[in-house]
Amino acid sequence: MSSTEDPAAKDRPAKLVVTGATKTYQTNSGPLHAVADFSMSIADGEFACIVGPSGCGKTTLLWSIAGLHSLTSGRVTLDGEEITEPHSQIGMVFQEANLLPWRNLDKNIELPFEIKRQKPDRERINKLIDRVGLAGFGNKFPRELSGGMQQRAAIVRALSFNPSVLLMDEPFGALDAFTRDEMNLLVEEIWLETRKTILFVTHNITEAVFLSDRVFVMSARPGRLAKIFDIPFPRPRTLDLLATKEVFDLVNEIKAEIQIGATPANHTSTENVQPASSPSRTPPSEPGQSGDRTNG
Amino acid sequence: MVDKHLGDKIPEFGAKKPAGGNSSGLAPSGLTSGPGARSFWEIFAIIMVAVVIIGSAEAYIRFFEVPQYVMPPPSSIAYALVADFDLIAPHLGFTLIELFVGYAFGASIGLMLAAVITQFPFAEKIIAPYVLMLVTTPMLALVPLLILRFGFGLEPRIIAVALASGPMVMINSATGFRRTDLAKIALARSFGATTFQIFTKIRFPMAMPMIVVGLMIGAIFGLLTAVGAEMVGGGFGLGNRLTTYSATLQMPRFFAVILILSTLGILIYVTFYLIGKKWASWES
Ligand SMILES: Nc1ncnc2c1ncn2[C@@H]1O[C@H](COP(=O)(O)OP(=O)(O)OP(=O)(O)O)[C@@H](O)[C@H]1O
Ligand SMILES: [Mg+2]
Repeated sequence: MSSTEDPAAKDRPAKLVVTGATKTYQTNSGPLHAVADFSMSIADGEFACIVGPSGCGKTTLLWSIAGLHSLTSGRVTLDGEEITEPHSQIGMVFQEANLLPWRNLDKNIELPFEIKRQKPDRERINKLIDRVGLAGFGNKFPRELSGGMQQRAAIVRALSFNPSVLLMDEPFGALDAFTRDEMNLLVEEIWLETRKTILFVTHNITEAVFLSDRVFVMSARPGRLAKIFDIPFPRPRTLDLLATKEVFDLVNEIKAEIQIGATPANHTSTENVQPASSPSRTPPSEPGQSGDRTNG
Repeated sequence: MVDKHLGDKIPEFGAKKPAGGNSSGLAPSGLTSGPGARSFWEIFAIIMVAVVIIGSAEAYIRFFEVPQYVMPPPSSIAYALVADFDLIAPHLGFTLIELFVGYAFGASIGLMLAAVITQFPFAEKIIAPYVLMLVTTPMLALVPLLILRFGFGLEPRIIAVALASGPMVMINSATGFRRTDLAKIALARSFGATTFQIFTKIRFPMAMPMIVVGLMIGAIFGLLTAVGAEMVGGGFGLGNRLTTYSATLQMPRFFAVILILSTLGILIYVTFYLIGKKWASWES
């Protein structure tokens, strides 16, 4: 069991715990198993990525963690508290920037405050806007901005109300390679500065390796946890890292894992299907009361 | 605990979104391209064309001595418009009152019904045929009936205006409200938005372009109905002037009234064009 324990996670409490997440959609052509018995535990301040083939249930899983969707069975807890509806400690960055086209940038970023009926924290917002390089674009409308700039605005919006967890669903999937690299550097810098807990979904393995402390590989539908990879490279990471042999090998290893997972009836690495930091004595369906850790 | 706004759905990103809902054929493209003249030369050309058309009409009518009861020359129409405006003004006032009051009721009820009914697809299916019936029935046909019930005053015309404009506003707004962008609703939900907030922050602004189109078409239908209802009976309003002047062969005055009516139509169009530009231009 110790092989899947993340050394970095040992000295930090579990922040976000998913236990036995299962989601079955009822469709006209019968039930569709999108996610099956998926468990994971993310430490406070960890950067975790989920990779998996297209359609394996990544968005489904993330939406359930965000409280936007119900699970068929299983549960999600944040700091030990079960999530059944959207939570103010969770910020979400969607696939595509998802800005409102009828609002300018400033108004888009203030939307969370409007909905929460709070005065927008302009000081914090302005700092974030400066940080991502959007200063001076406040009165521009989304259609006047490039894809990269839209996605920067979406990140500012998600961070504006200072959530402790950031969920990102293929945020850079629609961007060109250069802009994507740029955005990845930005995300790492922001993470190093804020130490939010980030759960990042992508199907770009290089991106996952570059960004994360751990990569969770999901199998083809129904999405199960196939394997967890520790990414040991020191921080801050630079783009040069991506040219090294270690990264190249790791990316290929993960790629191979995804391809194995894509062919059914392959569950050799049962050991890895356990949630990362859940103790071996506790079955996944019955998690510990809070934080899911006994050896503390 | 299925989220009542999102149900079990997640949006298909990357897939082409149904851009304008199903934009009904009623939407005039003019709302986006618009009548705004820009340069000096554009304005000059527009004025020149008008001068040429009016001038040659004047010349033709005078040269061939077209009898006045067929078509009076533009100059005498203009003279009638200025000299007899005092005579026509009170009637313009009545028509405007019918239009404003009837439209205020019709448009607000139509808009509200559209907003509510689109949230309940089943209810929508039930009432859709009746709304279509209201849209396609010429309200003018009902005016004699309304006069029997409400007399020859303003009421029957106001009701006719409301019945003509309301369904137009409703049917177009409903098209707007029916657009659902799951990703945007999910966005609002992720900040904890209530049903009402999802409506005010997402659904309503998203429907705005179609609402503006509906309001414009409703207003124009309202004007047509007000004038038509005045022609059916009673002794006031621009419609009544049209019947009176044509019956008594006062053609310059008749055409002066026609001119006022087309000016009203253009005013309605420009007003909603500007509203659309301010509140719904994000879509173009
Ligand atoms: N509301 C729904 N009803 C029925 N099936 C659904 C629904 N939403 C998603 N699915 C199906 O569930 C599976 C998982 O979808 P999901 O979008 O979560 O995958 P994904 O990993 O995010 O895919 P992608 O990489 O394309 O973003 C897909 O096969 C999808 O077709
Ligand atoms: Mg997805």
